[in-house]
Amino acid sequence: MPLIWPSELRQLGIVGMNRRNVEYIARNNERRCYPMVDNKLKTKLAATEWGIDVPELYGEVRYQYQARRLENLIADRETFVIKPAQGCGGKGILVIVGRRGNRFIKPNGCELSLRELKGHVSNILSGLFSLGGRLDVAMVEELVNFDDRFANYSYEGVPDVRVVVYKGYPVMAMLRCSTRESDGKANLHQGAVGIGIDIVSGTSICAVQHNRNVDRHPDTGHSFENLKIPQWPKILKLAAGCQEMTGLGYLGADVVLDADRGPLILEINARPGLAIQIANRIGLRKRLAEIDQLKAGPRDVDSRIADSCRLFVSR
Amino acid sequence: MHSSRIQLIVVAGLLIAVGVGLTLYKAVELGFPLWPGEDRQVWTLESKITFTPGDGPVEVSLALPHPMAGWKLLDENFASAGFGFAVQGQDGERRAVWSRRSMDEKTTLYYKIQLYREQSQPLPAMAPKVVQPPSLPARRQQVVDRLVASLTEKSVDDASFTRLLIAEFVRSQPSQEVTFLLSEHDRKALPAMEEVFAVAGIASQRIKGVYLENGRRRQQVSDLLEVYLGDKKQGDEWLLFDPETGEIGLAENFFIWQRGGGSTLDVIGGNRSRLEFAMVSNSLPAKTVLLMEPEVASAPLLDFSIYALPVEQQGVFKNILLVPIGAFLVVLLRVFVGLRTAGTFMPILIALAFIQTTLVTGLWVFLVVVSIGLWIRSYLSHLNLLLVARVSAVVVVVVLLMAAFSIVSYKLGIDQALTVTFFPTIILSWTIERMSVLWEEEGGKEVFIQGSGSLVVAVATYLLVSNHLIEHLTFNFPELMLSLLGVILVLGQYSGYRLSELYRFRYLKEQVK
Ligand SMILES: Nc1ncnc2c1ncn2[C@@H]1O[C@H](COP(=O)(O)OP(=O)(O)O)[C@@H](O)[C@H]1O
Ligand SMILES: [Mg+2]
Repeated sequence: MPLIWPSELRQLGIVGMNRRNVEYIARNNERRCYPMVDNKLKTKLAATEWGIDVPELYGEVRYQYQARRLENLIADRETFVIKPAQGCGGKGILVIVGRRGNRFIKPNGCELSLRELKGHVSNILSGLFSLGGRLDVAMVEELVNFDDRFANYSYEGVPDVRVVVYKGYPVMAMLRCSTRESDGKANLHQGAVGIGIDIVSGTSICAVQHNRNVDRHPDTGHSFENLKIPQWPKILKLAAGCQEMTGLGYLGADVVLDADRGPLILEINARPGLAIQIANRIGLRKRLAEIDQLKAGPRDVDSRIADSCRLFVSR
Repeated sequence: MHSSRIQLIVVAGLLIAVGVGLTLYKAVELGFPLWPGEDRQVWTLESKITFTPGDGPVEVSLALPHPMAGWKLLDENFASAGFGFAVQGQDGERRAVWSRRSMDEKTTLYYKIQLYREQSQPLPAMAPKVVQPPSLPARRQQVVDRLVASLTEKSVDDASFTRLLIAEFVRSQPSQEVTFLLSEHDRKALPAMEEVFAVAGIASQRIKGVYLENGRRRQQVSDLLEVYLGDKKQGDEWLLFDPETGEIGLAENFFIWQRGGGSTLDVIGGNRSRLEFAMVSNSLPAKTVLLMEPEVASAPLLDFSIYALPVEQQGVFKNILLVPIGAFLVVLLRVFVGLRTAGTFMPILIALAFIQTTLVTGLWVFLVVVSIGLWIRSYLSHLNLLLVARVSAVVVVVVLLMAAFSIVSYKLGIDQALTVTFFPTIILSWTIERMSVLWEEEGGKEVFIQGSGSLVVAVATYLLVSNHLIEHLTFNFPELMLSLLGVILVLGQYSGYRLSELYRFRYLKEQVK
C-alpha cells in the first residue's frame, strides 16, 4: 500500500498530530483544566456535582496500608470494576462480572482470589499503570451492564462511544468495540474496532480495525451495516455538556450505554486521538472550521446540538 | 492571524537575525574562519607546587619557561592567595617568586600556561660552559676512566662517543662498569652519564621539561641530556637525548621548561616540596589560535566569547554546545517524521556518550547493558517493589553491570569496552526502567519501536554533532544558538503532517476522488 500524499490528506481535511496540538489543544484547552480530566476520580466528583450521569463510585483506596478498605468496599457485591484514577489506554482496568464465594470472575472466565485483587490494587497505588509512574489512587466503581443491542458488536467488553466536542459542539463520533485482540478493552491501538457514527442519526458509517476498513466484527462475525445507537440524542447531550463541566474547548468524551441507567460518562480526554477520522472517512478540519465560523457567545446545550446536526448532516 | 503568532514570528525573526548578524560580523570583521581549516593543538599546562612550610618566612621560587623550539605561550596565570608575588628576571631567565612571613599549613601554589607549537624548530645556538673534571672517589674514578677509554677507542668523534655511551646504558645487560656507576647514583642514568661526559671532557647540560599527554595529572619534570658536539658550520651543535630511554632528538610532545641553568624549584623555609603538572589539550582552528595570541589586539567581542574562558572550561563547553543541536534534531524528527522515542531528550544524552565511546562500541555497550538490565528488571517486577525502590535497585544493578563489563572486557583485552563508564548511570537506569514499564504495558513491539526510535535519534545526533563543520561552527560561533532557538520556535508552530501520518492514514487514499 503506497503512502497517501499530504495534498490528498489536505483535500480530505485530515487533522494531523501537529495541527491538533498546535491549533486545537494548545489554543482551546487551558492547562488548569487538565487535572480534572486526567484524574478519573476528580472527573467523577465534578460530574456528580454537575448532575452528569457516571457509573457509581463505590469508593477509593488511597494508601497501601488501606488494604482492609478494599474488602469493605467490595463487601458482598457481585460485580464491580477496579481502575487506576490516572491510568490511560485501558491499562490496569480490572472488570469483575461475577462472584463465587471469595472467587471473583473476569469477563473471560478467569477467577481471581481476594489476595490477587489486593495485589492488583497495590500495583495501581505504586503507579504501575499511571503516566510517568506517579503514585496513584485505585477506584472501585459500578460495572456498566451494556445494552443487549450491543452484544453482537463487542467481544468481552463494554463498547463505548467517543464523541469529539469542540467548543461545546459535538463534531464527530465513533463507537469502539473490543475484540479478542484488544483483550476486552475498547482502545483502538490495541486492536479494538472503531465504527464511525453519524452525528445526526447515530447510525454507523464505516468500521475500521488497525486503520483499515472491516465489514464485520472479527470475533462475533456480526456485520456493522445496520447498526444504530439507541438513545443517541441523550448521548450527544451528555457529551456536549462536558464542555461546561471541564472548561475544555477541545475534548473527547467516552460514553457508555448502561442497560438500566442509559448513557453514562466513563471518562473525558483532553487529547483525543485522531483515528476517529479514519472511522468516519472524513477529516475533522472542515467541521472544526465551521464551528469556528458560528457566532460566538454562550448558548445552551440543546441549541448547540441543533447547530451541529444542521451543519453535519451527511449524504 | 493570532497576535501570539505574530509576536512569535517577530521574536523568532529577531533571534535568527541577531545570531546570523553576529556570526557574519565575527567572520568578516574579526576574521574568524567560517569553515574549519587546519587545527592547532593548544595545551593547558598547570604546574602545581606543594610544600610543607617550616617555622620562619617562606620563599618559593619557580623557574618560568622560556618557550623555544617553535613553542608559543598564549597565556600565563599565577595563583598565589596570601603570598607576596613577583616575577623576577635574571639574565634572560625569568623566575616567579612567592613569599610570605609565616605559614602553618601545607600549601599549594599554581602556575598555569597555555601554549601551542607553531612549528617544529631546532633549538637555538648556545655556547657550552667550560668542563670541570670532577673529583671522584678512587674506585669510581678508575671505573669511569676505563669506560671512557674503551668508548674513545671505538669512536671517531664526540657524537659517536655519545651514541656508544647511550647504547651502553640502554643495553638489556649493561657492562660491569655501567652497572657499578648506576648503583653509585641511585640507579639514575642521568647523573651517571654526566659524570662520564665530564671525565671525557665533553660539555653537557640538562634540559628540563614536561612530556605532554592529554588528560595527564601528576606528571613530573623529566630531564633530558644535551651534549656539545663543537662549533660546526651551522653554529654550535648539540646532541640531545633522553637518558632513561636512550632516544635521541627532541620528542614532538616534549615541552622544554628550562635549558641548562639552575634549579627549577627552590623552596626556602619549607620542606617536602613537589612540582607536578596537569594538562589537557584542545584542538582549535589555527586562525582562532592566532586571535588568542597576546600580541593580537583583544577585540571587544572576543573578550565575551567562549575564548575568554580558560581552555579547560572551553573543553567542557564544547560538549554543552552540542546539546542544542541534538535538541533541534529531536524536534525535527518528532515534528516532521513522527518518530517515537523513549523519553524526549534521552537520545541526546546517549549521543553525547557515543562521542566518548565512538559509535559502534557505544551501540554495542548500550544494547548489552540495557538488555541485561531489562532481564534483571523483569525479575524485580515480580517482587512488587515501590517505584523509587525499584529504580534505585536498577541503578545499583546497572553500576554492577558496568563494573562487571569493564572488568571482564579488560581481562579479555578489549580496551574499548571500558568506555561503558561514559554512559551516565542514571540515564541507563531510567532507560531500562521506562523500557520495562513499556514492555509490561504495551508489549515488546512498542519497546522495539520506541527503543529503535531512540537509537535512531541518538545515532543521527551523533553523526550530526561529530561532523567537523558543525563542531567548528557551534564552538566558534556560539551566537548561532540564537538563530537555532529562533528556528525551533518557528518549528513549534508547524501544523502540517508528519511523515508517519502519510503511512497511518494511507487507507484513506480510497476516499480521495
Ligand atoms: N465501569 C465499567 N464497567 C465496564 N467496563 C468498564 C468500566 N470502566 C471501564 N471499562 C472498560 O475499560 C475501557 C477503558 O476505560 P476508560 O475508563 O475509558 O479508561 P482509559 O482511560 O484507560 O481508556 C472502557 O472502554 C470499557 O471497555
Ligand atoms: Mg478511554
